[in-house]
Amino acid sequence: MIDVNRRVLPGFGLSLGYTALYLSLVILIPMAAGVLKATTLSLDAFWAAVSSERAIAAYTLTVWTSFASAFVNVILGVLVAWVLVRYHFPGKGLLDSLVDLPFALPTAVAGLVYSSLYAENGWYGRFLVPLGIEGAYSRLGIVLVLVFIGFPFVVRTLQPVLEGLESDVEEAAACLGANRLQTVVRVTLPSIVPAVITGFALAFARSLGEYGSVVFISGNMPFKTEIAPVLVVARLEEFAYAEAAAVAVVLLGISFVTLFVINLIERWASRYHG
Amino acid sequence: MAEPRPYPQAHDDPPAVRLALILAAVLVMVLLVVVPLANVFYEAFADGVGVYWANLFEDPDTLHSVKLTLMVAPVAVLLNVVFGLAAAWAIARFRFPGRAFLTALIDLPFTVSPVVVGLFLLLLFGLQGYFGPWLREHDVKIVFAYPGLVLATAFVTFPVVARELIPLMEALGAEEEVAAVSLGARGWQVLRMITLKNIQWGLLYGIILCNARAMGEFGAVYVVSGHIAGKTDTMPLRVEKLFQEYNLPGAFAVASVLAMLALVTLGVKTALEWKTRRELAEAKRLAAAGGGE
Repeated sequence: MIDVNRRVLPGFGLSLGYTALYLSLVILIPMAAGVLKATTLSLDAFWAAVSSERAIAAYTLTVWTSFASAFVNVILGVLVAWVLVRYHFPGKGLLDSLVDLPFALPTAVAGLVYSSLYAENGWYGRFLVPLGIEGAYSRLGIVLVLVFIGFPFVVRTLQPVLEGLESDVEEAAACLGANRLQTVVRVTLPSIVPAVITGFALAFARSLGEYGSVVFISGNMPFKTEIAPVLVVARLEEFAYAEAAAVAVVLLGISFVTLFVINLIERWASRYHG
Repeated sequence: MAEPRPYPQAHDDPPAVRLALILAAVLVMVLLVVVPLANVFYEAFADGVGVYWANLFEDPDTLHSVKLTLMVAPVAVLLNVVFGLAAAWAIARFRFPGRAFLTALIDLPFTVSPVVVGLFLLLLFGLQGYFGPWLREHDVKIVFAYPGLVLATAFVTFPVVARELIPLMEALGAEEEVAAVSLGARGWQVLRMITLKNIQWGLLYGIILCNARAMGEFGAVYVVSGHIAGKTDTMPLRVEKLFQEYNLPGAFAVASVLAMLALVTLGVKTALEWKTRRELAEAKRLAAAGGGE
């Protein structure tokens, strides 16, 4: 089949060549330019740019808020995926379609509306702010909007796995005397763990680079609510191109590591299911 | 999974648990997705339809941003459709060394921050960039101008079509195409008459999703545009600028148009899913009736 395709079907060279050309034009060359620019700094200057207190605070905040939002998404995602796969109720189709809204809605719109909802006179803020919960212009706000942005990932990775689970395993557990709670906790949940981890990693990776929505709600205060992509833009607006590139290269490195880990997890997960 | 079937007793959650979980899930979706969506339109229309209309159609900068978005997105989508088809053909139809690497590379924009993408384009084509002096000599403007916006948008959205098509074409298999070739079809005939016909709905969804992403792209475009009002502001950038100017009704008016775009995208997706499910059920019915292979 493999060799047959290449001997029989036309267009291998053309399609692969075009793909490779486009990828190098759009990805590899700009990326090389970025790395090259960062290397124009001396090692000391590079180190100073990527390890300044402000930069460290920004990475820490980026990673921490991404982690927190992905964690919240695991809980919400398991709940919603479970309900969508296991139960039947009116409006289920609509609910299922709406899960994808964060994929389709421009991030700027998400940021705008979240900052208005959690502001003091917003629909959520008017109840939360008197309780001392500041959702807008705070770290909490960053997590809140990242939860929205990453929400579909866990649900959409879990749904097919939950649908594919054989009901006879749960029946067997019940026949052997497990009650429903034991069945779910000790039989069902362990088998969805790889999918949960994959969903977590995808939501986490997506949150790491998010800019459009966060910039509206965070207030972008250095050391407090400034995430790493915002710091890149701030450096850029000071015309400190090399310093901006240095921070960007660190962000790029974090993305690569995350992508690599996701690949490892997916390989592990497919072995787990296979 | 499509038709409800009575689960055996052991497989059922107690009714109280079931009700509680359904209510909790609905509550999550309402708070997370539905209320924000409603709030966009509520805020946009807060001062009445007249003001909404004026915010959209009587502000020249806003009008220009709409026009610019309509000019940038289709070009980026077209580039990505051609790329998506080529990449899907190469990856789903052939095995070659470096295939896994290529697939991973296509996923890259999902994890790389759009801001980083924009910065890299700036370093390449900006005045201080590597090609900057040459471009200035030849009076070509890329960054802070239309070509830069297209490039940035194309980069951030290029996986969308390819990601839709690759699994679809892998699932379809190559039998029909091989058969067509063995019957004497030429390359473009195979593409036009077999492949495109088989993947048309997936391709359509890919195009629509890619378009929604392209029109909504913010981070990369923010960096390369220089946000010059009335010149290089796309709709999402216009939202941000109006927000910074404390013109919330204006910002929400533009945002409501983008939100409608998202809703249309979801509607098309749902319709296509229903269609595929119906066709699957039909095929299954035919197979059961003995008409299948």
